[in-house]
Amino acid sequence: MTTGITLEIPAKAEYLSLVRAVVVSAAALDPAVEDQRLEDLRLAVSEATTNAIRSHANLGSEERITIRCGLTADRIEVEVQDRGPGFNPENITPIGPLDQPGRLNYEGGFGIPLMRVLADEIKINSADEGTTVQLVVYTPPSNESS
Amino acid sequence: MIGITEQFRDNWVLLQINGEIDMATGPQLRQRIVQYVQEGHVNIIIDLTEVDFIDSTGLGVLIGGLKRTRSHDGDLQCIGLSESLKEMFKLTGLDAVLTEQDT
Repeated sequence: MTTGITLEIPAKAEYLSLVRAVVVSAAALDPAVEDQRLEDLRLAVSEATTNAIRSHANLGSEERITIRCGLTADRIEVEVQDRGPGFNPENITPIGPLDQPGRLNYEGGFGIPLMRVLADEIKINSADEGTTVQLVVYTPPSNESS
Repeated sequence: MIGITEQFRDNWVLLQINGEIDMATGPQLRQRIVQYVQEGHVNIIIDLTEVDFIDSTGLGVLIGGLKRTRSHDGDLQCIGLSESLKEMFKLTGLDAVLTEQDT
């Protein structure tokens, strides 16, 4: 059985902490999820939502961002959907190490690489009418008796 | 909102941060760093003991601060990292440039 929640937020940075708190609280309803995985999820969701907020800001869009969080027996799925201009995930070039000459000129570039490390699965579907980032974190069985 | 308290020691300024550093609060920290450098305080230590969350926007603020201080022959270092922050610094390579290295 799937349980879950849906949030719709204004595309404003001050809603980020609310999104993190709600998603992590929902995920923590599964007692089998370890604290470290909740931290991974918290950061990954924050990165996805930050990108969504930025994409609306770039357009000057007043539309809302949708965050869906679903729990199943073996996974937590979070979907962050924006209505921004979209981008081609294939065009994201990996950033070099920070001690590389000139690297400090770029303050960004960590968001998507971090999500790829933190989530067990990530799918990015992007088109002209918006982007949906799907993050999956696997959960261990919760009915072990030992 | 984040809380920022400052202490001046010799030629260093120590900033103790309280709260979460993200897209909403990062600009506040960036502005403070810019202000210190403009005032000639180019050696900055940021104590993250009371920071329980920082995302890539926050990391960007720290990188920007490092670049800014170094361009004025100063430095920026972070101390007081929790285990999860240490892990994040390691994942992004920030540990190599923003923290004292353990031997």
